[in-house]
Amino acid sequence: MFRNVAELVELAVSKNKKISEIMIEQEITVTGRSRQEIIAQMDRNLTVMEEAVERGIKGVTSHSGLTGGDAVLLQKYIEKGNFLSGETILDAVSKAVATNEVNAAMGTICATPTAGSAGVVPGTLFAVKRKLNPTREQMVSFLFTSGAFGFVVANNAFISGAAGGCQAEVGSAAGMAAAAIVEMAGGSPEQCADAMAITLKNMLGLVCDPVAGLVEVPCVKRNAMGAANAMVAADMALAGIKSRIPCDEVIDAMYKIGQSMPTALRETGQGGLAATPTGRLLAAKIFGIPLNEQ
Amino acid sequence: MKYRSVFDIIGPVMIGPSSSHTAGAARIGRVARSLFGREPKWANISLYGSFAETYKGHGTDVAIIGGLLDFDTDDTRIIDALKIADEHGMKIRFIEEDAVPEHPNTARIMIGDHNGELELVGISIGGGKIEITELNGFKLKLSGNHPAILVVHNDRFGAIAGVANTLAKYEINIGHMEVARKEVGKMALMTIEVDQNIDQHLIEELEKLPNILKVTKIVE
Repeated sequence: MFRNVAELVELAVSKNKKISEIMIEQEITVTGRSRQEIIAQMDRNLTVMEEAVERGIKGVTSHSGLTGGDAVLLQKYIEKGNFLSGETILDAVSKAVATNEVNAAMGTICATPTAGSAGVVPGTLFAVKRKLNPTREQMVSFLFTSGAFGFVVANNAFISGAAGGCQAEVGSAAGMAAAAIVEMAGGSPEQCADAMAITLKNMLGLVCDPVAGLVEVPCVKRNAMGAANAMVAADMALAGIKSRIPCDEVIDAMYKIGQSMPTALRETGQGGLAATPTGRLLAAKIFGIPLNEQ
Repeated sequence: MKYRSVFDIIGPVMIGPSSSHTAGAARIGRVARSLFGREPKWANISLYGSFAETYKGHGTDVAIIGGLLDFDTDDTRIIDALKIADEHGMKIRFIEEDAVPEHPNTARIMIGDHNGELELVGISIGGGKIEITELNGFKLKLSGNHPAILVVHNDRFGAIAGVANTLAKYEINIGHMEVARKEVGKMALMTIEVDQNIDQHLIEELEKLPNILKVTKIVE
């Protein structure tokens, strides 16, 4: 069983296999389930992700009314063609937003690695799909590669905002997505690790400060930027840029930063954006509690 | 290693909005339901840490009750769980605790009916994964990911060997096992995670062994 990114990359290189394949082989060994069964389950997860994106880009609204409809705005903006950044990036952003808007509306999603960060991996996957035209099998592989990197983070650091802040959720998701994009685009296992490291480095220190404790503000837009971050980092790694700090050390840094984060900034809805005047006002409105009693 | 499967990371398929506060909470509730063996008539649920601070927004309350109603993480009935529980006549009370827990996402669930009660502490560690850390006052560590049997027994020599021998006879492999007791020589609890599902007749056979008081199974 691989315990860190270095071992994962080493396994892939020495066996001359893709990271997704190493993850599938480990899953067979650990669970005793058949390859067919494991791939079928991941295929079902992929279908859930597709349906969430489709629902989100048609437009949803959460019960609180705080989020919804932004994926629609972005899709319309892309159609007009006057965008400044790039079509694939914006498509990834809109589909990440779509997924998280569905999540906020208590819709059905697949956690990747968590529900609060569920937009980044599918958002980038379905945007890159339009560019690279992968087979269904390659799309399923994308999820196994994401899973392999997430597996390392979960076992060596954390993936929940309550434990390690948003860097542990959207940070991990963005790193996982970047690595999977690189593999789908034909990059090497080392380049996957570099893309993960570059992404996560730029998410370090990100706190979890949801307004009213809801997985909405700023979560939806953090998924948007997580997707953009993953796309750019994947391109950087594919261009041959390496991370000066090895991926495992970045993960360890993330862990130590998370451990030193105050409770108010770890999914308690007490600090950061949640504690701003507008954040507190929104919380008061949603729960019908006067400001001075919060 | 806490996370063993790729589906701990890419998954679960679930109703939003939070894997730890919604899906994990539903799973804790469902383990309590499974251990209790039937739908409880009442439930007192204490929430600690981040659970206490944000449960309304995350639907943690709805999700735990959904779990007590035996709904899975992707069951859309979770959304209406409070209403459904009310229709079933379940009396529910939520308590926001001030105490600082070891883990930020902690819930203590007390459930019962005319025939019995059960108290359980669960933590939601991220990505929908949970651990049960206390059951009826016994400290334990149960992932809820594998079929498991819980054996309440007298703290006497031979009790553990008797259970292990019976499992061996049916070719059931033990993946993880621990024993906890409150006082020497009194009541104790064996927690045994196994690789295969366990038939009811095996449970009955275990219950007939000397010094064994009660056997419950949890199926994945």
